[in-house]
Amino acid sequence: MNKLIRSAVLGTTAALALALVASVAPGTATATTLKEVKDKGTLVVGVKADYKPYGFLDSDGKIVGIEPTLAADVAKKLGVKLELVPVVSSNRMQFLEQGKIDLMIATMTDTPEREKVVEIVKPNYYSSGTNVMAPKKAKFKEWTDLKGVPVCGIQGAFYNRKTQEQFGADIVAFKGTAEALTALKQGRCVAFVYDDSFLISKLGDPEWADYDMPLKTIDDAPWGLAVAKGADKFAAFMSDMIKDWHKTGRILELETKYGVKNTPFALEMHEKYKGS
Amino acid sequence: MDWSWAFDWARGLYHATGINLTFVYDSFDRDRLARGFMNTVYLSLICLALSMVIGVVGAWLQGSKLVWTRRIVQGYIQFFRNTPPLVQLYFFFFAIGSLMPTHENRFGFQEPMLDNFTWAVISLSFFAGAFNVEIFRSGIEAVPASTIEAAEALGYNRLQTYRYVVLPLAFRVCLPALNNNLVNLVKTTTLAYAIAVPEMLYMANQIWSDSVNVPETMTFLLFAYVFLVGLLVWAMHSWERALRMPGYGR
Repeated sequence: MNKLIRSAVLGTTAALALALVASVAPGTATATTLKEVKDKGTLVVGVKADYKPYGFLDSDGKIVGIEPTLAADVAKKLGVKLELVPVVSSNRMQFLEQGKIDLMIATMTDTPEREKVVEIVKPNYYSSGTNVMAPKKAKFKEWTDLKGVPVCGIQGAFYNRKTQEQFGADIVAFKGTAEALTALKQGRCVAFVYDDSFLISKLGDPEWADYDMPLKTIDDAPWGLAVAKGADKFAAFMSDMIKDWHKTGRILELETKYGVKNTPFALEMHEKYKGS
Repeated sequence: MDWSWAFDWARGLYHATGINLTFVYDSFDRDRLARGFMNTVYLSLICLALSMVIGVVGAWLQGSKLVWTRRIVQGYIQFFRNTPPLVQLYFFFFAIGSLMPTHENRFGFQEPMLDNFTWAVISLSFFAGAFNVEIFRSGIEAVPASTIEAAEALGYNRLQTYRYVVLPLAFRVCLPALNNNLVNLVKTTTLAYAIAVPEMLYMANQIWSDSVNVPETMTFLLFAYVFLVGLLVWAMHSWERALRMPGYGR
């Protein structure tokens, strides 16, 4: 419910922001090309504003985080001004299709279905998977350490079965994250299994200072940043940009800056590209 | 007994028609659904018994001469009857549960005293119990005052009158209404999935989330409840017949 309200608020904010963009820069309703962005002098990037630390609002109401910083990198490289537009999962691809944003860096999982709608740039810039959040003193090291341990989860999540069947955990599944986190806090379970990106965002909160994400992330799914279909030159430019981020260790640096333990994917990509 | 023919049949059914009965051929799903079924039966039986005890005791306390006893019983009824059972479950488990003393579990962490199953039992029993008190009251009030006076004249005290005269008569009068409430109680046990009690709906929900076989699992769930409630109704009717006194109540 909370999420719904937040989405609604953000959606409204995004709509207002867009109305503003539309009135200032008319005629952007086509797929944005690299040349158009340069002519316009502004790069409009769709980012999340409710997904700490990937994209969130700071105390001044400015959108900050790992993805907004990456967006700033792109604008700097292009030599244009940056404009951030908050998007949510349900509208981010539409915004790109309609030309309301030039580029989308918004925690989007790369799937074949989505690749049909927008131009997802390869290589993938990030990834997320399943992990657990547990009190530091539980000292879990391997997934198999969860054997016989009560682990909170979310009803219907696909990794509940795996955590139970393969690792022997005792899944206690609740309806939403709020209930599961409350149960974890009350000590009714010793860990909480969920998307690692969400857990990372929670762990950034001082309320959860005594907790960490001790296991190796499994079921890794890559995230894709995207440009509009047909913006081939822009896509090629972004592809070089991503390779450069991996090569220079920019992603790792930003993870560290925002208090995220370096993810296996980012480390692996850095290894892969640093020689090139 | 060898059930492999049934598993093969279910697997064949899936390939032939797309009807995916994972809870028949997949041992993991089968086990968890069976466990869910047993937990529902277990939860229902405990709550049925406790709610009846609460009903009988509550109805007796309602007739107390002490005004505060009557007020407390009345307060209890109002509290449990006027709030949704789902809200009660959340309230007990998350709000009251967090105030409970904690004990150290085997992982070395502090855990609240009562677990989710216990809270479900408490909450659902008191919920159904509140209705049972009123149901028993309706039965008690149907016992003629002259009968009670006769018992008093024979030297019975209040407890004895209640136990040997009023309750046996009242029970027969209120059985149909009690029947209704107990049927409702069995169905209300599904709400315990909200506090992660692994009963049948909880397990079914996880199965259909994993295999996206919602219609199949739903259908099973529906029939399972028809069966369980049917069993209860049959038992209650047998009981009603066994208690029937010729010439009383009809």
